[in-house]
Amino acid sequence: MKNKTRKNLKKRLCGREANWYAYVFLLPWIIGILLLVVRPIFQAIYYSFCEVNITAYGIECSLSGLSNFREIWVKDVDFIQREISFFLQMILQVPITVIFALLAALMLNTGIKGKGIFRTIFFLPVIVASGPIISELQNQGATSISASDKLLVANTLTALLPAWLAEPFTNLFSQLILILWYSGIQIIIFIAALQKIDLNMVEAARIDGATGWEIFWKITLPAIKPMILLNTVYTLVYLANTTSTTNVISLISAAMLKATRGYGYASAMAWMHTIIVLLLLLIVFLMLREKPDSFIKRQKQIEKQNKRKLKERKEWEKDAKKLKSI
Amino acid sequence: MQKNLNLSKLLSDKNKSKFRKFLLGSNEKSGLIVNFLLYVVLIIISYIYLYPLLYMFSTGFMSIDDLVNNSVKWIPTSICFDNFKQAFEVMDFGNVLLQTLELTVIPALFQVGVCCLTGYAFARYDFKGKTICWGFLILTFVLPSQATMVPMYLLFKELGFIGTVKAFAVPALLGQGFKSTIITLVFYLFFSQISKSQIEAASLDGCGHFKVFAYIALPSVKAAFIIGFLFSLVWYWNETYLTSIFISNSSIGNANSMTTLLVKLTRFEASYKLLNEGNGDNSLNEAIRMAGTVICVLPLLTVYFALQKFFVQSVDMLGLKD
Repeated sequence: MKNKTRKNLKKRLCGREANWYAYVFLLPWIIGILLLVVRPIFQAIYYSFCEVNITAYGIECSLSGLSNFREIWVKDVDFIQREISFFLQMILQVPITVIFALLAALMLNTGIKGKGIFRTIFFLPVIVASGPIISELQNQGATSISASDKLLVANTLTALLPAWLAEPFTNLFSQLILILWYSGIQIIIFIAALQKIDLNMVEAARIDGATGWEIFWKITLPAIKPMILLNTVYTLVYLANTTSTTNVISLISAAMLKATRGYGYASAMAWMHTIIVLLLLLIVFLMLREKPDSFIKRQKQIEKQNKRKLKERKEWEKDAKKLKSI
Repeated sequence: MQKNLNLSKLLSDKNKSKFRKFLLGSNEKSGLIVNFLLYVVLIIISYIYLYPLLYMFSTGFMSIDDLVNNSVKWIPTSICFDNFKQAFEVMDFGNVLLQTLELTVIPALFQVGVCCLTGYAFARYDFKGKTICWGFLILTFVLPSQATMVPMYLLFKELGFIGTVKAFAVPALLGQGFKSTIITLVFYLFFSQISKSQIEAASLDGCGHFKVFAYIALPSVKAAFIIGFLFSLVWYWNETYLTSIFISNSSIGNANSMTTLLVKLTRFEASYKLLNEGNGDNSLNEAIRMAGTVICVLPLLTVYFALQKFFVQSVDMLGLKD
């Protein structure tokens, strides 16, 4: 009897019906998704195929097919050029930011003295780095390496490399310190992940004679791999959407306010940019996804081999039987 | 000869290895050299982080003479409050600060509340369409705000939200505030650390779904509230792009549209010139700009240093083993 009520209760609270309550908790979010995400996305796609004019009476849309996109790719030289430099910049900046954040987190996670003070300082970028404060400081030269060094680096690079490759590198050097400023949240995420690592495992490895270097590659890195993916995605999205790092965004905003081309053109441009960001994200996912363990892989191979052997043997037996019957 | 022997004795193998251990470290403990390098690197990076802030504060207090004088780099010869006075005037501080607080605190509170609910639903239940919901959650994060800017603007204009707090508060209330995905994820991580057996025990004692949420789940995620609130506050405070489009858009023609301190900072030069039009001298110097920047950062820094202890602790909590 008691068992039955218990089962009922469990069913009510943890069973399938219970999951309906999830929608109660999700209600505001679902409304938000439908109203503020799904609807605008479809509208924006529609606008990108239109000539949009905003008049005193409202919005006037007239379908214009692919003309917006054609204009971007054929007539607008600026957009493609900026998009290419954005692409190269991301390929360089994102790994550097993530690696720096990882190193900083590793340093902050050792048992050094004054950990609290260092942490407080390292989390400062979270507070300051966003928005115009950093651009204000940048204008005053407070965040960059001294100008003479920068010039030297730029000159050597342009001498050594072709122009299209030298530009992102020189950009990188001029923004090297800025990159440190963009890694606040990544450091926090890495520290949280590092603390989750099972210390017993580290201890066991140490007793077996593993050096710190080996422990880092075999235990620490695999354990925080999902966080590396998360951080890479975060960094990429963050850098792609900030005006101070990309010229594309400012181009889109400028196009939005222009009367000649208007919202339709800006929408089309925004979509092109989104697709490029998504492409970059896809590359990141393909590079950092969870690959099956090498041990499991080997086991599967062995299994396959065994199966093949079994099959061969069966066939051989069949043949033998046939031969016998003859 | 005797001396030599002594020395070699002193540096016998045991001592040597001990000394080596002390310098280079062993498997159990890192050595002196490693530690020293670690501190040096940490201090250099800390300097990089602190440099702009120190620069900002010290320049903010400089008079024009100090600015021109090459020998004055860090410490101004006399502390000059004039810059701050002017910056306060240019930014219309008292008035704008109230508006800024309204525009940041209200959406931040809504955002934390709704993200808490969403995170709980994701962590506790296995509902139908969970994968789709995850997909949307990530999509909202990845999608640049420019992609949907135009329809959003038109929607808000239709509803009369432009120029008011509603343009921020309503999306926050519907879980679509700035970077709401991250805050939802933080809550998700915290909620999934609550043990299932605890929830089961509570429900056996007669707690319904909402009671479990209110009495078991909520008290154990206090740290998430602090992180979430601090982050949202900072993001709303520092946001200028959306603010300048949705709220302090000059083309609306709405006289009492709101602005924030940060938007004022981006328009600093223009407002400075406007204010000093009558005077002959209307050149804006670096010190006043820096004073303006200090004014913008100072409230955030105060909040950060006040909550810093909880904040650093809650980052530790984020990594607690379950």
